[in-house]
Amino acid sequence: MPRPGFVLDVDRSTPPILFHHGEGFRLERLPAGRSRVIYPAEPIEPLKNPDTAIRHALVNPIGDSEPLTALLKPGMKLTIAFDDISLPLPPMKRPDIRQRVIEAVLELAAAAGVDDVMLIAALALHRRMTEAELRHAVGDRVYDAFAPQGLLLNHDAEDPDNLLFIGTTEKGEEVEINKRAAESDLIVYVNINLVSMDGGWKSTATGLASYRSLRHHHNVRTMQHSKSFMDRHASELHSANWRMGKVLKDSGVKVFQIETTMNNNVFGTEGPMSVLQKREWEWSLSDRISMAGMKTALDLMPQRTRRQIFQNWQAPHAMTSVQAGEVEAVHELTTANVYKQHLVPVEGQTDIMTMGLPYISPYNVNSILNPILVACLGLGYFFNLYRGKPPVREGGVLIMSHPTPWEFHPVHHPSYIDFFEQVLSETTDPIRIEAEFEKSFAEDEWYRHLYRTSHAYHGVHPFYMWYWCSHALQHLGQVIIVGGDVRAVRRLGFKPASTLQDALEMASDVVGRDATITHIHNPPILMADVH
Amino acid sequence: MKALRFERNLSRFAAANIASRLTPGGGAKVGPLRLRDVDPPELPGDGWVEVLPRLAGICGSDLATIDARSSRYFEPIVSFPFVPGHEVVADLTTPIGGLAAGRVVIEPVLGCVTRGIDPVCDACARGDLGNCERIAFGAIEPGLQSGFCCDTGGGWSTRMVAHVSQLHAVPDSFSDEAAVMVEPTACAVHGALAADVSDGDLVVVLGSGALGLLTIAALRRFGRACTIMAVAKHPTQQRLAMALGADSVVLPHELTRAVRRASNSLALGDGDIIRLTGGADHVIDCVGSEESLAEALSVVRPRGRVTMVGMPGQVQVDLTGLWQREITLAGAYAYGTETLPSGERRRTFDLAFELVAACDLGRLVSATYPLSQYEAAITHAATAGARGAVRIAFDLRNEKERDRA
Repeated sequence: MPRPGFVLDVDRSTPPILFHHGEGFRLERLPAGRSRVIYPAEPIEPLKNPDTAIRHALVNPIGDSEPLTALLKPGMKLTIAFDDISLPLPPMKRPDIRQRVIEAVLELAAAAGVDDVMLIAALALHRRMTEAELRHAVGDRVYDAFAPQGLLLNHDAEDPDNLLFIGTTEKGEEVEINKRAAESDLIVYVNINLVSMDGGWKSTATGLASYRSLRHHHNVRTMQHSKSFMDRHASELHSANWRMGKVLKDSGVKVFQIETTMNNNVFGTEGPMSVLQKREWEWSLSDRISMAGMKTALDLMPQRTRRQIFQNWQAPHAMTSVQAGEVEAVHELTTANVYKQHLVPVEGQTDIMTMGLPYISPYNVNSILNPILVACLGLGYFFNLYRGKPPVREGGVLIMSHPTPWEFHPVHHPSYIDFFEQVLSETTDPIRIEAEFEKSFAEDEWYRHLYRTSHAYHGVHPFYMWYWCSHALQHLGQVIIVGGDVRAVRRLGFKPASTLQDALEMASDVVGRDATITHIHNPPILMADVH
Repeated sequence: MKALRFERNLSRFAAANIASRLTPGGGAKVGPLRLRDVDPPELPGDGWVEVLPRLAGICGSDLATIDARSSRYFEPIVSFPFVPGHEVVADLTTPIGGLAAGRVVIEPVLGCVTRGIDPVCDACARGDLGNCERIAFGAIEPGLQSGFCCDTGGGWSTRMVAHVSQLHAVPDSFSDEAAVMVEPTACAVHGALAADVSDGDLVVVLGSGALGLLTIAALRRFGRACTIMAVAKHPTQQRLAMALGADSVVLPHELTRAVRRASNSLALGDGDIIRLTGGADHVIDCVGSEESLAEALSVVRPRGRVTMVGMPGQVQVDLTGLWQREITLAGAYAYGTETLPSGERRRTFDLAFELVAACDLGRLVSATYPLSQYEAAITHAATAGARGAVRIAFDLRNEKERDRA
C-alpha cells in the first residue's frame, strides 16, 4: 500500500534534504525548529491491464456521450488529436500512453469502416515534434501507417489555410482552431494528465488553437487571476477555456475526450535513480552510496554529458486511470484521480518556500532548460502546485536551487534568446512586457518561419513563460536562486546566492530572522492542499 | 621644457607592438614614447603663437601610435620626433589676430592656411579642413595635425605652438574638462553628419568609448530623427549611451539578434543566425578594428552605409557581402564645415562647442594625470571602458616648467 504524501517537521535529527539542482543535486540542512518538508505520495498502484481499461472506457463513456463505437460511422471524417512532447515529464518508457489509446481508437475506427482519419499533435504554439518524438508518442505502427501519407501532422497555429474561426465567447474571446479538426465529424482527443492543469476544454481550445485565440487567456491578467491554474475551479485560465469549449460545442464541434492519469513513479524503484523518490531518513547504505557516487560523477562530467544522461531518462510511470466521453464530466473525474496522487494536506503558510528545480520542464524535452524556463518551472509550475493558498505567505520569499546557465537551444528557443537579451534587459514587469513587446514578437516573420518549418517554439512563447510567473511575482516579496549563474539570475530580476545558508540570510532581510520555512520536495510531483 | 616625445626608433617600435599585445597601453613602457627635457618649439612664421596646454586628452589614435598598432600609411604625413596631444585646451598668453589672451581650444588639423600655402587647396577652400591635400607641404614639416608634426609640438607638453587659424576662444562657462572634449566632439559631429542619416533610419553605433558616446550625442542633437542602437561592453558606457540619446544599448554578442528584431529582418540559420537578410540602415563604426568592420558589414542592410569614424588600420575583411549587398563603406575623419539637415552650413568646431555645453560632456573626462605618470595614464586610457572611465587626459596646469619663461 503506497504511503500518502506528508509534512515533516525538521528537527535536529533530520538528515540533509535532497534539492534537485538541474542535472545535479544538493543536500541541504534546513534550520531545525522552524522548517518543514512536504513530501509527495509514493506512486499509487497502476492499472493492472491498461489496454483493457482503455477499451472499457471507450465503450463506457462518462457524461452525456455515446460510446465511441456508436460515434464511429463509415464515411465520417475523424481527427485524433493528442498531447505533444510537453507531456509526460520525463518522457515515459514505451509504450507511451498515447500509443495505447490511439491504437485502441484506430481499431474501433477500422472496425466501423472509418477511412478518413487524421492524427494531429495538438502542440498549440509549442515546437513541432520530430519524427523520433512522434514515433515515441504514437508508436511505430501508427506512425508508419499515417505519417508517410501526410495523415499524421503537427498542428500549425500559423497556417491561415488550415485554421477556422468558430466564434466568440460571451466575454468576446475569439475561438479559432485547427480547420481539419473543426470540420471533422468527431475529434477524439487523447490526453495525458500529468498535473491537474491538463485536460478538459484546455485540450482542444488551447492545443489546437491559433495565437489569435490563445492570447485571450495566455496573458498576465488571466494568470494573476488564476489562484492557482492547477486548481480548475479557481483558475481564470480554465474558465476562459471552458467558455471557449462552450463556443465549440454550440457550433457543432463534437469532441470525444479521453483522459488518462499516471502515477508518481518518475525515477523507478530500482537502480541508482530510485534514491530520488525515497525519503532521506530511509536511505539505506546503498542509497547513500548511490547518491554520493551520482553526485561525484555528475560534478566531474561536462555539462553536455550530464544533460544527455538526464534527457535520455525515460520514466517508468504508469497509467492509474482512464476515462472517456463528454469533456467536462471526464475532466472532473480525471482531476479527482490526479489529486489522489498529488494532493498533500498542509497546515498554513510559512515565510519562506524552498524548492530544488530539476533538469526538465514541459518546454525543454530534448533541449536546454534556459533561464526563462527556470523561472517558469519555479514560479509558474511549482509555485502554482497548490490548492487553497500558496504554502508561502504573501510578501514571503521563494528560494530556488538551479544552475540557471546563460544558455539557450537556438533551434528550439530562438525568440527566448531575444526575449532574454532585449526584453528582460529593459524590464521584468509582466504587464509592461505584455504591453510593449508581445505583439512584435508574436508577429515576427522569422520566428513564424522557424515555428512553421523548423522546431522552434512560437515567437510569443517566452512571453507566456513570463506571464506564467506573474501570479508568483505578484505574491512574493523576493525570489532568490541558489547556485545560479549570477548574471543570468540578475537578468531575471532575482537575487543570486551561493549557498542555501546565504539565501536564508538574504531572506531574513525581508521576512525576519526567525522566519518559517517550507521545502517542496518535488519531483516526484506533489500539490500542496493548504488550509 | 618637459614633453612626452615620440621618436623614430624601430627597435622600440617593435617592442611596443609586442608589449601591447600582452597589455593594452603596454607600449608606453617600452616603446618610442619618452618623457624628455626638450627645447620649446620655435614659431614657424607669421600668425603662429605659443600656447601653454592646460589639459590634453589621450585618444584612440594616440594609443594606436604608442602601442605601434597604427598603419604605416601615416609615415609620410607625420614628422619625427613629435610630441603627441591634439585634444588640447591651452592658455594663450599673447593676444593675436583679434583673439584676446585667455583659454583656447586648438583645432589641430594643419591645413593650407597654417602652412602658408596660398592659394589654398580645393578642400580648404570649401572649408573641409580634414580633407586638406597639402598636409605634407608648405612652411612646416609634414603632419596631419598638431601632435603629429615635429614643428608644432603637441599637447602632452608644457608649451606648443599654434596658428591663429587653429585657435578657438573658450567661453568662461566652460570648465577645462569641457573644453578638452571639444576636439573629439568635433570628430564625432563630423562622423554623425557624414553618415547622412534619414528620418526613421536605424543607426547602429559600434563602440561606446568616448568617440562612440560623442557620436550618439551628435546624432541625437544634429541628425535627423532616427533610432540609435548603441553597442557597449561596460556598465558605465551603457549608462552614458542611454543618457546621451541612444534608444537601446546592446552587448556586442547581442548585436546581430537585436538588429534583426529592430529592422524586422529575416535571417539565415536555424535559430542561430548565420546572416541577416536585412539589417540596419547605417552602422557607424567607432572602434575601427578588423572585428568591428566585419560586424558592421554583417548587420547593415543591402544598400546601407557603414561609416568608419574610429581610426582603422590594416585589416582583413571578407568584402563579398559588401559587393553582393551593394553596401557603401565610407570614412569620416576630423572636421571642417558641416551641412546640417536644415541645409545650414556651420563650422564643426562651433557645433562641437554647442554640443559639449548642451550635453555636459566635460563629465566624460574621468581622470587626469601629470606628465610624469604617463605610463599609468596610457594604461588607464587603454583600459578605460573596463575601468568605468571614458576619457583620460594629461593635466599640465601644475607642471613646474609651465611657468618658466
